[in-house]
Amino acid sequence: MGYQAQLRIWRGDAGRGDLADYKVEVNEGEVVLDVLHRLQATQAGDLAIRWNCKAGKCGSCSMEINGRPRLACMTRMSTFGENETLTITPMRTFPVIRDLVTDVSFNYAKAREIPSFTPDPATKPGEFRMQQVDVNRSQEFRKCIECFLCQNTCHVIRDHTENEGAFAGPRFLMRIAELEMHPADTADRREIAQDDFGLGLCNITKCCTEVCPEHIKITDNALIPMKERVAGRKYDPLVWLGSKIGRRQVKDTPKVPGKK
Amino acid sequence: MTQATDTSSRTRAQIADRTLRKDPWWRAPAITATLLTIWVLYATVHVFLGRWYWVPKYHYLTPFYSPCISGSCATGSASLGTWFGKVPSIIPYALVSLPFVLGFRLTCYYYRRAYYRAFWRAPAACAVREPHKTYTGETRFPLIMQNLHRYFFFAVILISVLNTYDLTQAFRGPNGDFGLGLGTLIMLINVMLLWAYTLSCHSCRHITGGRLRHFSAHPVRYWIWTQVSKLNGRHMQLAWITLGTLMLTDLYIMLVASGAISDLRFYN
Ligand code: SF4
Ligand code: SF4
Ligand code: FES
Ligand code: FES
Repeated sequence: MGYQAQLRIWRGDAGRGDLADYKVEVNEGEVVLDVLHRLQATQAGDLAIRWNCKAGKCGSCSMEINGRPRLACMTRMSTFGENETLTITPMRTFPVIRDLVTDVSFNYAKAREIPSFTPDPATKPGEFRMQQVDVNRSQEFRKCIECFLCQNTCHVIRDHTENEGAFAGPRFLMRIAELEMHPADTADRREIAQDDFGLGLCNITKCCTEVCPEHIKITDNALIPMKERVAGRKYDPLVWLGSKIGRRQVKDTPKVPGKK
Repeated sequence: MTQATDTSSRTRAQIADRTLRKDPWWRAPAITATLLTIWVLYATVHVFLGRWYWVPKYHYLTPFYSPCISGSCATGSASLGTWFGKVPSIIPYALVSLPFVLGFRLTCYYYRRAYYRAFWRAPAACAVREPHKTYTGETRFPLIMQNLHRYFFFAVILISVLNTYDLTQAFRGPNGDFGLGLGTLIMLINVMLLWAYTLSCHSCRHITGGRLRHFSAHPVRYWIWTQVSKLNGRHMQLAWITLGTLMLTDLYIMLVASGAISDLRFYN
């Protein structure tokens, strides 16, 4: 039945802090978040944790458990040995507010920078019809719960803070891909995807895909198709030649204001 | 909604450890590095050896020497004729195809992931800090050249046609009539898998249909895209399997050509 689990939890604020040791009771069927709640209720009343749904749907409880970025509410205690010490730390890429709670506003700022859905003005509201096959690709991306685990894990910003300005991160490059695959969207974000949102910094090593709790194939279905689109816009000599002799017209979405 | 919080005073959690992962995260990159190194060493040796690439009796030609265009190629092995005179084998006999095959694999989205992780260690594994001070990804020369992958794809389509032609020749026995040996079957499997790998390419997925916004307006291309996407889901496996079958095919032909073993014949 129940056992006492060894936990090492990062406690602190404003970035300064340390790992503190605890022993907490674990019962059958529990997830890491249950155990953190028990710790909060019995020993560490001031432990800060963000959570909401306990069902893997709100994306609030992102943290790092034994070094792996995960949702605490979807990580079963049974995946660890009873004698194993669990090390639990906040997401490393975002500033710490307190204990396991990080400030993820970086992501909201990135979200706002992306030029939004741009339908053809000639199409009146209610006129456009879409088939299921046209939205299948976007629907996969729409499963995103905005847990930002992918953003946290991506080495482009995790290991290189200097790229934070230039790189939107997998979640928002996927948003660009979604709009670029939208049948009713008329904007062309290929150039800004590369120049303003840092698609070229991604080296398709797939860590975003590896950690996504919604199992979205971010790299295969959004980032690589986007890289191929960008190659067509910027790096394809034949397409370039075509645009010079006027066979193809390219109308890029203007640069994002305030970027570079 | 986010509030306008003061983030300036906040910093990331200061954790000195490179990673807190306890699982053997170093294993996958180590295996990748080992296998790729073995393969490259093997292929380099045979490509520059200049012998044991052709079995005249059964018309087996190893893919590493196709098309054999050097004047030094054995009679019967030069499917596209010889393009220059006798040269030492330091000039690979398949000079026209090897750079494209190599470039195709080097710029392949899967292999990129594999060697960035295994050799460049950026990152070796997820949530493991990489050793480099700065990082520019694929934004600058030389890595910006990865964007030319689609051109290698087109070239390799032509090379795959040639490999298929070589395979048809391997169905000819000693007297020129139909024949079948173990070598033929090995070549058949290799060529089929090479096609599967090539067609599962991400550039192929883009070109055939992925680049469209409006699938329902292009039903045929949509259908092709769905088929390529199915293969594409196996791209990593195919990348490894074809390394295996390429090496096996070459090794088998090398052993038969050198006389170390004789081909197992089923017919003629
Ligand atoms: S695939 Fe690209 S975006 Fe995703 S984690 Fe890797 S580098 Fe970052
Ligand atoms: S793409 Fe996946 S990992 Fe990234 S924020 Fe959305 S759900 Fe989380
Ligand atoms: S609490 Fe909602 S995802 Fe974990
Ligand atoms: S061959 Fe691997 S992506 Fe093209």
